[in-house]
Amino acid sequence: MLEVKDLHVTVEGSEILKGLTLTINAGEVHAIMGPNGAGKSTLSAVIAGKDGYEVTKGSITFEGQDVLEMEIEERARAGLLLGFQYPVEIPGVKNIYLLKAALNAQREAQGLGEIPAPEFMKLIKEKVASMKMDTSFLQRAVNEGFSGGEKKRNEILQMLVLQPKLAMLDEIDSGLDIDAMKVVADGVNSLRAEDRAILLVTHYQRLLDYIVPDRVHVLVDGRIVKSGDAELARELESRGYDWVQEETAA
Amino acid sequence: MNDAVQSDVQRFLDRLSEHRAGRGAEPTWIAARRQAGAARFEALGFPHRRVEAWKYTDVRAIARGDFALATEAEFSPATAARLTLPMEAHRLTFVDGVFAPALSRLDDLPAGAQLVPLSAALAENHEAVGGPLGRLTGVEFSSFAALNTAFMEEGAVLRLAPGTVVEKPIILQFLSRAGEQAVMSHPRILIEAGGRSEATVIEHHVGEEQAANFTNLVEEIILDRGAILTHYKLQEAPLADLHVASIHIEQARDSRYTSFNLNLGGGLVRNDLVAELNGQGAEANFNGLFYGQGRQHVDNHTLVNHNAPRTFSNENYKGILDDRAHGVFNGKVIVKRDSQQIEGFQSNANLLLSDRAEIDTKPELEIYADDVKCSHGSTTGQLDEEAVFALRTRGIDEQTARGLLTLAFAGEVLEQVDLDAIAERVELAVAGKLPERFNLAGLVETAAALNEE
Repeated sequence: MLEVKDLHVTVEGSEILKGLTLTINAGEVHAIMGPNGAGKSTLSAVIAGKDGYEVTKGSITFEGQDVLEMEIEERARAGLLLGFQYPVEIPGVKNIYLLKAALNAQREAQGLGEIPAPEFMKLIKEKVASMKMDTSFLQRAVNEGFSGGEKKRNEILQMLVLQPKLAMLDEIDSGLDIDAMKVVADGVNSLRAEDRAILLVTHYQRLLDYIVPDRVHVLVDGRIVKSGDAELARELESRGYDWVQEETAA
Repeated sequence: MNDAVQSDVQRFLDRLSEHRAGRGAEPTWIAARRQAGAARFEALGFPHRRVEAWKYTDVRAIARGDFALATEAEFSPATAARLTLPMEAHRLTFVDGVFAPALSRLDDLPAGAQLVPLSAALAENHEAVGGPLGRLTGVEFSSFAALNTAFMEEGAVLRLAPGTVVEKPIILQFLSRAGEQAVMSHPRILIEAGGRSEATVIEHHVGEEQAANFTNLVEEIILDRGAILTHYKLQEAPLADLHVASIHIEQARDSRYTSFNLNLGGGLVRNDLVAELNGQGAEANFNGLFYGQGRQHVDNHTLVNHNAPRTFSNENYKGILDDRAHGVFNGKVIVKRDSQQIEGFQSNANLLLSDRAEIDTKPELEIYADDVKCSHGSTTGQLDEEAVFALRTRGIDEQTARGLLTLAFAGEVLEQVDLDAIAERVELAVAGKLPERFNLAGLVETAAALNEE
């Protein structure tokens, strides 16, 4: 589904990703872990198309399409969705506007017409309820004045409505208490499907107790230095990142 | 004054004498003020752009116009029904300045509230009108105020006895007709709100699409102790209409005046909004939203005089300008000597959607007391690019993202609006005016539908 090959990325002149290679297949949940500054957030930002990241070498393909050639909104419509570590507050833009405009944009790309109002209402209420949010959230401006937990829930809500093929979640657990994390994890787990992949970027292992990944990759200094199964995350938790760094250096 | 300017002034004065001829005698105070108004207007002429207050607003479209005075108020009931705000309300309607009883509804006002056309108020007891009328807006205020005084004969008088609460909104509707001959009107609005009375007034300017008339309005609003008045000015006049308004508010202790100046229509609009905060605890809130497109020109001048200690003012104006529209914002807050512990906040933010749109903005603070909390600021800019990016990552194309953010910008003023019918109407209008072809109106309707469930 997603293939990242020998990706080199430079931010303001300094190289952050130094030859990252990663393959994610449909149905899989991958977790990228690593110490601060390793380039974890850079990877998802580049895939989503954020400004200021220069790809100097390598490629990203999604279902055979060259991602780097696609407009930001095309990527999303193709099914690549990024859940932000720090969701932006968008004063005045109601959640319901965002959700409906995004869903209709996606449907248009798929050759479907606009979603009929009653169908949209039903869908949206169901998803809001499953994230244990009140429908009043829909009338509120996107993330404005939301607590950290509410913002993250809101990101997952967007995923539930838009049903991406590849959901990338950047530090979705940061700033969450245990109850909020459970709700978020339940939301993510409900996205797991045969035809969908999920990429979790996280610093801590605790999220992976609730969303058990198929593959865990350790990102150090712009490269994936070790990959394994869920067990690797636990090992990292008990032994820290230094251990991997020493091992790979050796 | 050169000859051309002189003849412009003379044209208006000739209209006045034609109009007055054949009318019966009137109370001496009215005749005297009319004369003073005409004399003042003759001396001043129309304001030119060398005068600071009119630097950015060219009124030649008015000065060179030849405007008759309407003599009847016929209006297609079907069109009126389409233009009228669809809400349960008390309603006073004027067609080109002439009172239209058929389009008014005054039957179920609560005891203690009196809402009548100015002509009726004068006929009934002209002396009761003569005291307050012109006290706040004298002929000295501007040549337009002087011109209005020279022509004044119709308008609205609202009186609230102490303690009276009017629950339903009061709509003052001004309809502008399309016709062969452009017309002018010089309405007066006089509101006297007694102690602890409460009301919401919606001043609505709207008309037939092809209309090209001139409205020159003077409003005087007097709030007694503890009175609360919310005043909407919904400007949806046709795009060739010319509109000048001077609005003065005098506030006694603990009174609260909240203005929503929502400007969507009109070709040339100039509003002067002046609040005198004369008693402790008086509070004035000025909210404004203007959306200009084509060659619309919208000029809002506001002034708050903190004449007493512990008075409060809050001002938030937002402008969105597209095409070759021109916006002007001048907001002034003056804190008099010894007006301690006052709070005055003012902000003006503008969005320019086109390279040729223009905004001239000037917030001013004059403080002659030392224990005050004041701030003011003005920003003009483009949209938040981080927000544009965030929306695009959800599959929303760039144009729609920009449209949504523009709507959101307007939304920050509309959030303060208590009357849903007004907020939704203006939001829909803004969505519909946005330049790109996307269906934001559909989104607004969805949100409204969700609200009603």
